[in-house]
Formats: sequence, C-alpha cells, structure tokens
Amino acid sequence: MVDPRKSIIDQRLGKIGRIIAVSSGKGGVGKSLVATTFALTLVQKGYNVGLFDLDFTSPSTHIILGAEDVQPIEEKGIIPPVVHGLEYMSLVFYTKDHATPLRGADVSNALIELFAITIWSNLDFLIIDMPPGIGDAMLDLIRLVANIEFLIVTTSSRLAFETVKKQAVLLQDLKVSTIGILENMKMDNNGCIQAQTGELGLRFLGGISFDPTVEEAIGDKSQLLGTAFARKVAEILGEP
Amino acid sequence: MHEWALAEAVVAAARQIAKKEGLKEVKEVVIKVGELQQVELEIFEFALSKLEAQGFEGTEFNISLAKTELQCRVCEHKWLFDKTNLAEDTVEAIHFVPEVIHSYVRCAKCGSPDFKLLKGRGVWIERLRGAK
Repeated sequence: MVDPRKSIIDQRLGKIGRIIAVSSGKGGVGKSLVATTFALTLVQKGYNVGLFDLDFTSPSTHIILGAEDVQPIEEKGIIPPVVHGLEYMSLVFYTKDHATPLRGADVSNALIELFAITIWSNLDFLIIDMPPGIGDAMLDLIRLVANIEFLIVTTSSRLAFETVKKQAVLLQDLKVSTIGILENMKMDNNGCIQAQTGELGLRFLGGISFDPTVEEAIGDKSQLLGTAFARKVAEILGEP
Repeated sequence: MHEWALAEAVVAAARQIAKKEGLKEVKEVVIKVGELQQVELEIFEFALSKLEAQGFEGTEFNISLAKTELQCRVCEHKWLFDKTNLAEDTVEAIHFVPEVIHSYVRCAKCGSPDFKLLKGRGVWIERLRGAK
C-alpha cells in the first residue's frame, strides 16, 4: 500500500526559490507575528511570496492579516487566495471557527495533503508559520521538503531559550539549514541570548523589543507594518 | 478539479515505484479511494486518462471505493462515515482535507472528537503490476 501524495510534493514546491519555516521549540514567542510580518516585508520589497500556516490546531495568521471573505480556488488542485500581495494558505479555510483537535498522525496527514494539492506559483519565498515544538510538523517538513530552512524565534526568557536550544541542536544534528535565532519581545540588553546563540555556533539575527502597539495593529496590514516591531523585522530580515 | 492533483500524485508515485522495481512497463495500477474524501471518480478517471500520455500508455488504472471506518478513542465505538446529515460546506471541507472531520463530527455514542480513521481515508495505491 503506497500513499501517492508524497511523490508529488517536490513538483508542487519546484517553482519556489526558498522555503523558510519560522519556528520555535516554545509556544507564545511570537512566531506567527514574525512569520506574517516577515512575509509582508518581503512583498513590500517586491518579492513573490507565499505564507503557509501550518499551525493547524491554533492558526492565527489569518487574524493577523485580517484575511476575511477569501477562499482558495479549486482548479487542478487548490490555488491559494492572494491576501495583501501574499499567496496565502491555511487549514482555517476548511475548519472555519471550529476547534480542530488533531493527533500527530492527523497533523501529518493534513500537512501532506495540503502540500500535495496546493498549487503555488513562481515564488521567491514561501514562509511557513510553524506550530510550537519539535513534533510532527517539524519532523514532516524535514522529511518532505528537501531544501527547508529554519528561522528560530525565542524570547529573552530562559524558559523559552532552553527548549529553543534543544531544537537548534536537533536541527544541527539532522544537518538541517538554520538561518539563525531571532530574539523577540526582548526584555533587556544584557546580550545573554546573543552570547548563547554564538555558543551554539548559530547566527544571532537580532533582537526585537516588546511593542505594545502590535496588539492594536492585528488585522490591519498597514497599521502592522507601521509598528516599531515591523520596522525591526524589516531591518533584521529584509534581506534574508 | 482537486481530483486532478490527486491523479498527478498517483502517476508520480507509480512512476517512482516502476523505477525502483526496474519495470519497463506498468500494466495495472490498483487504486483505492476512501469514501471520506468523496473523490469524484469520473473526474479522477478523466485526469488519469489525460495523464496516461506521460509514460503510462496502455496502463489499466483499476479504481475502487473503500468504506471509511472510524473508531472512538474514548469509548471504542466503531462506525462508518456517512455524509447524509452533514452540511454541504462541511462535506466540501472534508473533501479537501479529510482530517477536518475532527472539527465537525463527533462520536455518535459518547460525543468525543477524539476518534481515529481505521480505514478509507483518501487515495492510495493498493498494488502495481508491471513487466521487467
């Protein structure tokens, strides 16, 4: 018995320049905001960009984007709608406002299905918003997407960085490309995360201070891109 | 026409299997389609017939439906998927990504969304017959 879907994924992703998974071993560090703002920043710079929300059980990029009244088109596969210049895909198009309690095998199956049927156009970048942790979604991406690159987000908290460290070491062990570590919601300037990132042999991408104006900007692209948070994302990740 | 994408996957997989097993000719591909995904067989067969030109001339694609069996992890109740009482947009959502069934369907006995798909999820290749 053979699952045919995996055999078509390389072809589906064949026209994409770089595929970057914004991830973290820990939840609540701002992955979705970083991923969405990163993707919008790249659009502003003139790149062709896709954003793929793989956080199936807690999707939020559609809320950040204010993506309402859009739906993929069915045509020899699923064509993602364009939202603020981004080709955008999320399971939320099919789950709507319902809770989506999925176990690991279901997460894998849904992920494989979406990679197999989504028809992206010629993209310079596909940015993936990952679920937290080092579970099924991360392992599936490593297994299925040959040229995947990880961008790791942490906060200044030891609680976050301890799990991020494990994730970073695991990715190194598996010889998976890691762009570097981004410190979000930075609390001070003691350089602790930067120093520890260096000890891991990874690039410290930069730190972004907590910006209380971001919450008000959720759902409004222009307002979001005007925040200090977004300007810092553009400064750090504008030319990945 | 999402069936087209699934047909492309079947052809790509059949090509990989044939290459791995050193087959010069693929005579038959036996495909099972789980009821849960509600694949439109006519469209799926049409897509396969169009894709045959890509190295599968003369290959017989033998397609059959498989019932979808579910089992609750809480009370172990088993049942067969039935779309009769589901809304049209729910049926369509399950068609695209069968796992979203967990957003809409509950165990008929205990009401839990924690159930597993025992069989009959989507499209799979049951076997492939060819000549070396």
